[in-house]
Amino acid sequence: MLGRLTLHALPFYSLIALGGALVTVLAGLAVLGVVAWFGAWRYLWQEWLTSVDHKRIGMMYIIMALVMLLRGFVDAIMMRTQQAVALNSQGYLPPGHFDQVFSSHGTIMIFFVAMPFLTGLINIVVPQQIGARDVAFPFMNSLSLGLTAAGAGLVLISLVLGKFSAAGWTAYPPYSELKFSPGVGVDYWIWAVLISGVGSTLTGINFVVTIVARRAPGMHLMRMPLFTWTAFCTVILMVFAFPALTVASALLGLDRTLGMHFFTNGHGGDMMNYINMFWMWGHPEVYIVVLPSFGVYSEVVATFSGKPLFGYKSVVFATMAIALLSFMVWLHHFFTMGASANVNAFFGITTMIIAVPTGVKIFNWLLTMYRGRIRMVAAMYWTVGFIVTFTIGGMTGVLLAIAPVDYLMHNTTFLVAHFHNMLIGGALFGYFAGYQYWFPKATGFRLDETWGKRAFWAWFVGFYLAFMPLYVLGFMGMPRRLERYYVPSWQPLLLVAELGALTILTGIICQIIQLVVSVRNRAALRDTTGDPWDGRTLEWMTASPPAAYNFAVLPHVHGVDELALRKESGSHMNPPGIYHDLEPCRDIVVPNNTGAGPLIGALAFGLGFAMVWYIWWLAILAGLGIWGLLVMRSFDDNDLHVIPAAEVERTETGRLSAAAR
Amino acid sequence: MADTIVLKAACASDGESLHLQGVAGRGGATRILGRRRGGRRRLADALGLCAALALSGCGRDQLPVIAARGPIALAERNLLFTAAAVMLIVVIPVFVMAFWFTWRYRASHPKAPYKPHWSYDWRIDMIVWLVPAAIVIALGYLVWTKTHRLDPYRPLVASRLPLRVDVVAEDWKWLFIYPGQKIAVANELVFPADRPLSLRLTSDTVMNSFYIPGLGGQIYAMAGMQTRLHLRADGPGSFVGRNTQYSGIGFPDQYFAVHAVSAASFRAWVARVKHAPKTLDAAAYAALAKPSTRFPVTYYSAYEPGLFDRILHKYTARMRAPVPPPAPHPGGN
Repeated sequence: MLGRLTLHALPFYSLIALGGALVTVLAGLAVLGVVAWFGAWRYLWQEWLTSVDHKRIGMMYIIMALVMLLRGFVDAIMMRTQQAVALNSQGYLPPGHFDQVFSSHGTIMIFFVAMPFLTGLINIVVPQQIGARDVAFPFMNSLSLGLTAAGAGLVLISLVLGKFSAAGWTAYPPYSELKFSPGVGVDYWIWAVLISGVGSTLTGINFVVTIVARRAPGMHLMRMPLFTWTAFCTVILMVFAFPALTVASALLGLDRTLGMHFFTNGHGGDMMNYINMFWMWGHPEVYIVVLPSFGVYSEVVATFSGKPLFGYKSVVFATMAIALLSFMVWLHHFFTMGASANVNAFFGITTMIIAVPTGVKIFNWLLTMYRGRIRMVAAMYWTVGFIVTFTIGGMTGVLLAIAPVDYLMHNTTFLVAHFHNMLIGGALFGYFAGYQYWFPKATGFRLDETWGKRAFWAWFVGFYLAFMPLYVLGFMGMPRRLERYYVPSWQPLLLVAELGALTILTGIICQIIQLVVSVRNRAALRDTTGDPWDGRTLEWMTASPPAAYNFAVLPHVHGVDELALRKESGSHMNPPGIYHDLEPCRDIVVPNNTGAGPLIGALAFGLGFAMVWYIWWLAILAGLGIWGLLVMRSFDDNDLHVIPAAEVERTETGRLSAAAR
Repeated sequence: MADTIVLKAACASDGESLHLQGVAGRGGATRILGRRRGGRRRLADALGLCAALALSGCGRDQLPVIAARGPIALAERNLLFTAAAVMLIVVIPVFVMAFWFTWRYRASHPKAPYKPHWSYDWRIDMIVWLVPAAIVIALGYLVWTKTHRLDPYRPLVASRLPLRVDVVAEDWKWLFIYPGQKIAVANELVFPADRPLSLRLTSDTVMNSFYIPGLGGQIYAMAGMQTRLHLRADGPGSFVGRNTQYSGIGFPDQYFAVHAVSAASFRAWVARVKHAPKTLDAAAYAALAKPSTRFPVTYYSAYEPGLFDRILHKYTARMRAPVPPPAPHPGGN
């Protein structure tokens, strides 16, 4: 009846696992309790979960990312603590637990922190930056969110029922095959990645079409704001890269569930096929994760330097070059496979070539600051912190691109330090800058600056303390993923790294305080103008938070940095002229909310869970349910409603008079 | 037993001599400083040593990658240093500009110039594209030539023939087969310091990555596949080799002792292994291949001929019907 699922799946085998499960369950119950306390079920369902408004979907993505960031960080601090104490001993974690922790840390941070965070930012910002009222496919957007949440849910429930994968976030076969990893862990990984990967592919398609087809009149491609450009490259990469991951993980699932032999030892299986496919997704993924951050930095540095971005065309070209090249470098993840020198040298050189456009961007951001009037707000702190940190990561990245150097540093903590250097100092700092920068746009009030800067300093210092020792440990020959070790000279550096992790914890606490303080002071921090930073691009023309339709009148675009142009052209004394083209309001058609997205997400969770535990009847029911809902949705003709011109007029007048005050 | 040996090798400090089952190996320092070599190499060594000391404040034995003790490891490390130095041409200006511009053009600075429309200069644009491009072209040349020169498959040129060793990764231990000597050893690799090592590798379990920090780079060992690696030591010494690719619960303990010894010591060692009571017959191999941690260093005075190829073809048997005869090994005896 319940397949492999028995009482043994409950985590009574270790106190730490039990504690983790209890925290997960209690946190879930607490959320439900709060909703019940405020009687907000209907509000939550009607206004949020079923919403097809890209801004609300974006906010839900970011909330998911922040919650999962906490979970992933708990894993991080557990690992650092284990390695700080596990000299000549088992440490505090029971054997094998560390392996689950590093696997779930990587999986969570990539798939359920980075992906939802950047998807959330793109959702909130891109339609507004291109002067659109909505994305191209609003329901598909809600569906993508549902599928991503289903994947996150599978990772979370693996803490309570069964164990998570111990095969690393990359799940390399043959170790991830049934013979070597017989439990449900790898299946949890496969289904979490499969389901959320489909969500990401759909997001990619949605935003490619949105950016191509929904731009405001006059917004040529070469007038798009830089964040939109980087988002454009990101979503193109999503469309082309994610299917490779979906295929790789699905084939691995076929091996495990149906006894096939794509990647097994023997019977014609070849592990390197998986590893090639995985990184054909995996390397573009690196740029999927980091390009939106490059966009954020481009916006932030221009706005707070009070200048246009230096070399707009250069930066656009560099972004496209990075996106294109990102498909030609995947083999540098396994130079040590034993490919010929020609192959390794080719991929080493293509990898290095990426450093050129990336370097150009760094210089262009710096030159944007040159002779600017820089307002050092928290978003700008993240940006300058990024420039310095990312440059170090870029340097170690080029070192690793040299195959003979990679023979030395591969699989060591040097590699771990390098990619955290890129993912924290490159991607995450950018998400935080974007979070700080667009928070007033999404919610209507700014975040507290002081706590934002404190959070920055803790993260910045913590990052260096945590990861510089790992570079050195790489030179000392320490491999990654080590549960315990016997070399006394490693321990002092691992203790420093632990201190760094604790410093980052302080930063996270500062961010939580920042959120609480800002919500409490929201009246003082309120943004009535919709343009709290003296912005340069179209998203600052809408209200904060924007109306469901974003723009009452679609703006006509005349150049790069349209809002800055309008402010300069003398209409500054006449706010409606800047923020609002002087045309009469018309009726606006907007999509209806629908429960199909979250329901399909819930069924996809059920499907994944059933496949993990071999509960075949549930898998069939969930699959049929998904199919049925899609059919029902496609016959639903009542999916649009009209906001009458009078109501639009009323909303806009109220907003502009508030802004004028 | 294996653990104490490995630990001692890992922690051996300058001048401490390592006595190991009758084989005397020397600590690293005297050897590195005592050898005659060209000025350039000495400079590189001195640089490496400074970096090592600055980085950790402990002896060079703790930094096997920096304090390379073989020509391959040294060449790879020097490549790392060279590339890092070349990249400083870009990195240092970025640091300077980041701090200088942030300070100089802060909004609160009363006299800082402000050019709100300045956003392009083709000369600067050329510089920011061409300087990184020039660096990458230079490094690209290095990558191409050095990747070929340091190809792990490339046999090393030396006055003496290389020593052939076939390596099999097991859960969680390493098997070393010496076809020339007709002996096999678990978890210990001993070779004469005056001869290069020519390794063929495969795995009888999941993918492993074979690495001896200080001696050279790493290479994967995969079931059904054979990879090659050529290494060489500067002189007698002890190292710790290990698997660096996570392979399960015994992964942290999957290391082995490596000893580069004098020709005479090697002969003596081979003679001792030849007198070992155990042989690696089918039953002994089955016991070895069973997953286990902390497998002791074990000497086998003989093994079943063709063992390496049988392990290799175990996983490819269904694909090619008759198992081909083992190809002659190109790397010496």
